[in-house]
Amino acid sequence: MRLLPALSSALLALMLASLTVGAAQVDLRAVFRDPQAMLVLLESRLPRTLAVALTGAALSVAGVLIQALVRNRFVGPDTSGTAEGAALGLLAITILWPSSPLWLRMIAASLSAMVTTALFLAVIRRLPVREVMLVPIAGLVLSGVLGSVVTFVGWQTDLMQYVGTWLMSGEFSGVISGRYELLWIAALAAGLAWFSADRFAILGLGDQVATGLGLSTAAVMRLGLAVVSMVTAMVVTTVGMIPFVGLVVPNLVARVMGDNLRASLPVVGLAGAVLVLACDLLGRLVIRPYEIPAGVILGVLGAVLFLVLLHRRPAHG
Amino acid sequence: MIQIDQVSHQIGGTPILHDISTTLPKGRLTALIGPNGAGKSTLLRLIGRLEPLQAGRITVAGHDVATTPTDRLARVMAILGQQTAIASRLRLSELVAFGRWPHHKGRPGPADRARVTQALEAFALAPLAHRFLDEVSGGQAQRAHIAMAFAQDTDWLLLDEPLNNLDMAHARALMSRLRALVDHAGRSVAMVVHEINYAAAWADHVIAMKDGRVIAEGPAAEVLTEALLSDLYDAPIRVGQHLGRPLVLHHV
Ligand SMILES: Nc1ncnc2c1ncn2[C@@H]1O[C@H](COP(=O)(O)OP(=O)(O)OP(=O)(O)O)[C@@H](O)[C@H]1O
Ligand SMILES: [Mg+2]
Repeated sequence: MRLLPALSSALLALMLASLTVGAAQVDLRAVFRDPQAMLVLLESRLPRTLAVALTGAALSVAGVLIQALVRNRFVGPDTSGTAEGAALGLLAITILWPSSPLWLRMIAASLSAMVTTALFLAVIRRLPVREVMLVPIAGLVLSGVLGSVVTFVGWQTDLMQYVGTWLMSGEFSGVISGRYELLWIAALAAGLAWFSADRFAILGLGDQVATGLGLSTAAVMRLGLAVVSMVTAMVVTTVGMIPFVGLVVPNLVARVMGDNLRASLPVVGLAGAVLVLACDLLGRLVIRPYEIPAGVILGVLGAVLFLVLLHRRPAHG
Repeated sequence: MIQIDQVSHQIGGTPILHDISTTLPKGRLTALIGPNGAGKSTLLRLIGRLEPLQAGRITVAGHDVATTPTDRLARVMAILGQQTAIASRLRLSELVAFGRWPHHKGRPGPADRARVTQALEAFALAPLAHRFLDEVSGGQAQRAHIAMAFAQDTDWLLLDEPLNNLDMAHARALMSRLRALVDHAGRSVAMVVHEINYAAAWADHVIAMKDGRVIAEGPAAEVLTEALLSDLYDAPIRVGQHLGRPLVLHHV
């Protein structure tokens, strides 16, 4: 498969472009002579570029995992109550302990995301298997309800400003060095999932086959739940939720490569990074010197891609 | 040997299996027969630990299915369920390769690859190996699922209606392959089969079930009689002879 080298070169090119685009002119050839340019590069451009790529990669991998957990292609970490759960946890800890250290906030967000995602899994267990579209609908409803709770509490406590940055914007303009490093943890968690790729692929074959092959499904479910929740919590806290990536990228890659996750997860990660980086770059270029948040561009582009996918879905969903 | 002791099962308060005790002999091809809803799949699923045991005890080659770790059991028996539709988009070769997973847990060696190739060839899937599961016919997908169970290479093979969707030639090829597994490789096979003549022609041992009970068991020639089959299916059924084995004339 030629996808891996092609995507790697695309990512490299986009990252280089991302380093040069911004309010201040930075000539990549001159950075070693120009301390000012070096500063911009190291403190702002590089962190932003990395943040975008890490977010795209981690969210896409999380998308594959949640799709394997629920055995349905039409869900992502943004439509399974996960992001809203993370926001709920952040909100709770902000109210209860406003000056809490960052690590504690991350734990609160991750745990809360885990609880709401587990709730989603419990809800869809009860749905008839053949109704493929009920699963994403249940996810949307749950996300909607949780989102309203977050918004309501946010209004009541005058914290709407935060809620907005967690759930609505999804943008990278505020990223500077020292304020994005949590995303490395997200990417690390997603990367570790690769070591269990076979287990997730077997889980996706259904309970019957998974049990027949001697897989302990509960343990794999817990692992998947933990990774999806951690990735989403980190993204929600650092840059805000980015829609559609975790839904569209796994579908696009599965269409070409299938669901042999050991082979496809690296491609999924790269493709996610490329997609979000392209959207972020586009957002920085179209109305220079102003910016459109990457999340907004993805909202539009992702919706279009999703509609295309829906129209051309394979026989077995 | 598979030993079933006083197994009862209910779903949502409705009794499905009533106090079943029986054995499936080792080194034999056993056919489970009986009308729709008799409880054949439920019994097979209980043996294959796809369903938790509610009452009674089942051992497979001495392993208690309720207490033996599931990954250990996966190296003792392979099970193919009646419903094989899966939503994953896998190539046939990848699906069959997962049959080796209980043995290598993610690190396939040359022996595993050889087994997979062998299984693909055994079921005439080599030319389709690179096709996706959702891009082949129903019978081809069924053969891929059987090949996966075959690749698992266990002492016991449990198959729920493996002949589903197979054409005559592939159905016969499967039966003769199962026969060879039993006769030459010392394996044991248990299969649910509706087309009674496949049981008549190929099975050593037949277990007849009706309404959640075993009503007859024994060598094929002893169980597949006019009186018993007519009673089993509540319909008059004539049995003739062909090459020394029963030939059930149920279609006329
Ligand atoms: N999920 C379920 N809920 C309720 N009843 C069930 C369920 N699954 C099976 N049954 C009932 O259990 C009984 C036995 O079912 P089982 O699938 O074991 O039959 P079977 O002998 O395999 O039939 P078939 O030849 O049609 O495959 C049937 O009466 C069926 O209606
Ligand atoms: Mg059945």
